[in-house]
Amino acid sequence: MRLEVSGIVKRFGGVTALNGVDLAVEEGEFLTILGPSGSGKTTLLKSVAGFEVPDEGVVRLGDQDVTMAPARHRNVGMVFQNYALFPHLTVAENLAFPLQMRSVGKAEIARRVKEALALVELDAFAERLPRQLSGGQQQRVALARAIIFGPALLLLDEPFGALDRKLRESLQLEVRRLQRRLRLTTLFITHDQEEALIMSDRIAVMDKGRIQQLGTPSEVYDFPVSRFVADFIGESNLIEGTAQGTEVYVPGFGALTLPQAPASGPVTLLLRPEALRLGAEAQAAPCRAQATVLETVFLGLSVKLRLRPEGGPDLLARLPLRPSDPPPAPDGATVTIGFAPGDIHVVPRG
Amino acid sequence: MPRRERRAGLPAILLACFATVVFVFLMLPLLVVFPISVSSAAYLQFPPPGFSWQWFQRYFNDPDWIDATIRSFKVAAVCTVLAMTLGVPLSFLLVRSRRRGIWILDRLAAAPIIVPTIILSISIYSIFVRLQLIGEWYGVAIAHTVLALPFVVILVGAGLRGFDESQEQAAIGLGASWPVAVWRITLPQLRPSLISAGFLAFISSFDELVVAMFLSGASMTLPKKMFDNIMMEIDPTIAAVSVTQILLVALCLGLTALFGKGALATTMSR
Amino acid sequence: MSSPAADRASPARRRELALLLLGLPALLLLGVLFAWPVLRLLSMSVADGTLHQLERVVLDELYVQVLFESLKIAGLVTVICLALAYPVALWLTKAGRIGLTLGMFALLLPFWTSVLVRTYAWMVLLGRSGVINRMLRDLGIIEYPLPLLHNLGGVLIGMVHVLVPYMVFPIYAALLRIDPDLPRAAEGLGASRWAIFRRVILPLSLPGVAAGCALVFVLSLGFFITPALLGGGQVMMIAMLIEQQVRELLDWPFAAALSAVLLAVTLVVYAAIGRLTKGARLASP
Repeated sequence: MRLEVSGIVKRFGGVTALNGVDLAVEEGEFLTILGPSGSGKTTLLKSVAGFEVPDEGVVRLGDQDVTMAPARHRNVGMVFQNYALFPHLTVAENLAFPLQMRSVGKAEIARRVKEALALVELDAFAERLPRQLSGGQQQRVALARAIIFGPALLLLDEPFGALDRKLRESLQLEVRRLQRRLRLTTLFITHDQEEALIMSDRIAVMDKGRIQQLGTPSEVYDFPVSRFVADFIGESNLIEGTAQGTEVYVPGFGALTLPQAPASGPVTLLLRPEALRLGAEAQAAPCRAQATVLETVFLGLSVKLRLRPEGGPDLLARLPLRPSDPPPAPDGATVTIGFAPGDIHVVPRG
Repeated sequence: MPRRERRAGLPAILLACFATVVFVFLMLPLLVVFPISVSSAAYLQFPPPGFSWQWFQRYFNDPDWIDATIRSFKVAAVCTVLAMTLGVPLSFLLVRSRRRGIWILDRLAAAPIIVPTIILSISIYSIFVRLQLIGEWYGVAIAHTVLALPFVVILVGAGLRGFDESQEQAAIGLGASWPVAVWRITLPQLRPSLISAGFLAFISSFDELVVAMFLSGASMTLPKKMFDNIMMEIDPTIAAVSVTQILLVALCLGLTALFGKGALATTMSR
Repeated sequence: MSSPAADRASPARRRELALLLLGLPALLLLGVLFAWPVLRLLSMSVADGTLHQLERVVLDELYVQVLFESLKIAGLVTVICLALAYPVALWLTKAGRIGLTLGMFALLLPFWTSVLVRTYAWMVLLGRSGVINRMLRDLGIIEYPLPLLHNLGGVLIGMVHVLVPYMVFPIYAALLRIDPDLPRAAEGLGASRWAIFRRVILPLSLPGVAAGCALVFVLSLGFFITPALLGGGQVMMIAMLIEQQVRELLDWPFAAALSAVLLAVTLVVYAAIGRLTKGARLASP
């Protein structure tokens, strides 16, 4: 079902946790709220789930105003950060719980529990207690419990935080597959930008109780609307320059011409590290500079370099690396670096 | 365990010896009443000259002793039920409320342990005299509830503090009402605390003397009867009564250890 | 668009209201049968409009002596209990499963056995013709029975026996709360076993020690049955004095004054120890 929140304000004492949030999650959409801790994303989630009532604003599920509805009447499935599995109940009993609360018949419960267990591939674990399961299995039980009663909306509160990286990646894909298959309207909360980029249909970047930008992952990544968003998502080189017409003066690189003219005066330019070229590739680039390699960090599939162009700010470059490749340049060496004007995004000031 | 042996130095051995001595000191009085309770001698004699069940027979055949025993059971049972039905909800208030002044109520609930029992006894006595509740067993039970309440609040409160409230939220999110969530999710997980709280409430009432001395009047509880008996004449009937009590407590301890996983540990570490 | 603010605030307020309703019956009981009667009793001490009764307590040498005797006994009991309980608690944290079970049993069985049963047992053990004197005489060590009962020593033994568990539990709990990595870290930093205890374990267990001392001191100050039975009239504590005033002399105002002093001393000691340890509370350790 479609979720719509509008004009949500929530204060705790003197602190404003949410300061006018408008957001709509379309039916079947996977929307991620991405933000640092303290940005208000958890409060937003609690307002949607019904564990907090906002001071102002409206929460709508489908065509119903549920702002004041108690959590148990909202028909919203939620996966908690720590899963909140009931430790004294078996996996099957955990799954049966929401159905019992809805007075579903015994036979029907048994059938649906079996179905849900099959869905998350835990058929053999029905009679286990949560503590007898691995972290990943617990996570899947929590997910199954949140969707078994056919909720109008699925809420995921940083559900992958406690898992190790490999497991996290496989579960992320599994959750996404399941969500698509069941066409579940999903609101996902995370502070992990990589996770947000991988999983979402759209991302809402939150900071200071407001949504800073709402868009598809590539929109948010390539065209951040503010310094905060540019900095928070991915790695970035933010360069201060001066614009005059379509000409922008970039320290260390001189003047370059942009396809579209920003407002004249000081501008902030975003140059993603992977857009920066090095050595032979840089020779062909329209904007070039000589730079000293300060530091090299080996990352497996890529290598990251910290560079200092003559007369310019320090820059990060990330170069893909094949297994047999030698390091691009030793620390202290002088290399040519460059980029194309099309790789530059002008970050609006505000 | 070779590793442990290597680590056990002289200090560890001394510590173990010292602890053993303390444990013997604690158990000694309980053990010594056993031989006396089955002594054939009419006076306190040790070691007993012969074996006899006479003191147990005297205990179980004396209507006064049996009356007092049954009365104490009734008092303790009612006290336990009252202390639990009042104390468990009170624990929820004390742990969950976010009101600023709640700590005052927290202190009030713990106060009956701190205030000397003699003060509490004569205070209640002066009220009960007017209400003509002296000599009524349920009057003693209600007064004992005041004394048992702190045990319940402390033990259950500690359990509740250690309970992850997000589970209750999860249950509510899954469609349960709050009372259902508490009943099906919270209370089952507090079982060790609940069992030890109930047990402690029962024992604290069953053993209580000072309040009973003032309030029970002619209808004596078991401790009052024992006290009078000790003051007047010491015959081994007391030993038989004591042995019965010790065995009962040991049985309860065993049952608690069996059915309330961790209940004993909770009592120990709170 | 937005609903009225009063409606919005209600979930939090409803929650508080529900909690208050839950606690209300117990609070009523505590108010009616605890707070009110105790305050009423205390007010009796000044019912005649003067501080005369209270003056009697603090000026009459006899009563001052009883008060000091009570404080002395409470202090001695606390010190002895601490000396016995700390090593036991320490040992419990190091004991294996069997040791822990046995230790718990040895602590909890007496703890849950009636004080009367235990006091009676001590009379059997310590009396003139009691177990200990009999055995010593049979072994030819003594000729005449030792006076073990009806004196301060007997009272101390009986009280310590009752109160040791109250000291062990909070100390044991405090020791359990110490992160086991801390002593390991100290060992890695070169500390000897004694230094680990002195510099790491002991300071971190002090809140438990303070809680135990406060509890034991306060409980022994109000002790009544054990000194009455084991002291044999030779030891007078303030609680016994109060009982005497009420039951034998029917002097309620003076009993009230004594109660007021006892309660004041109790609360002062309790608050002082509480302040010393900054928040080591009895109610929620």
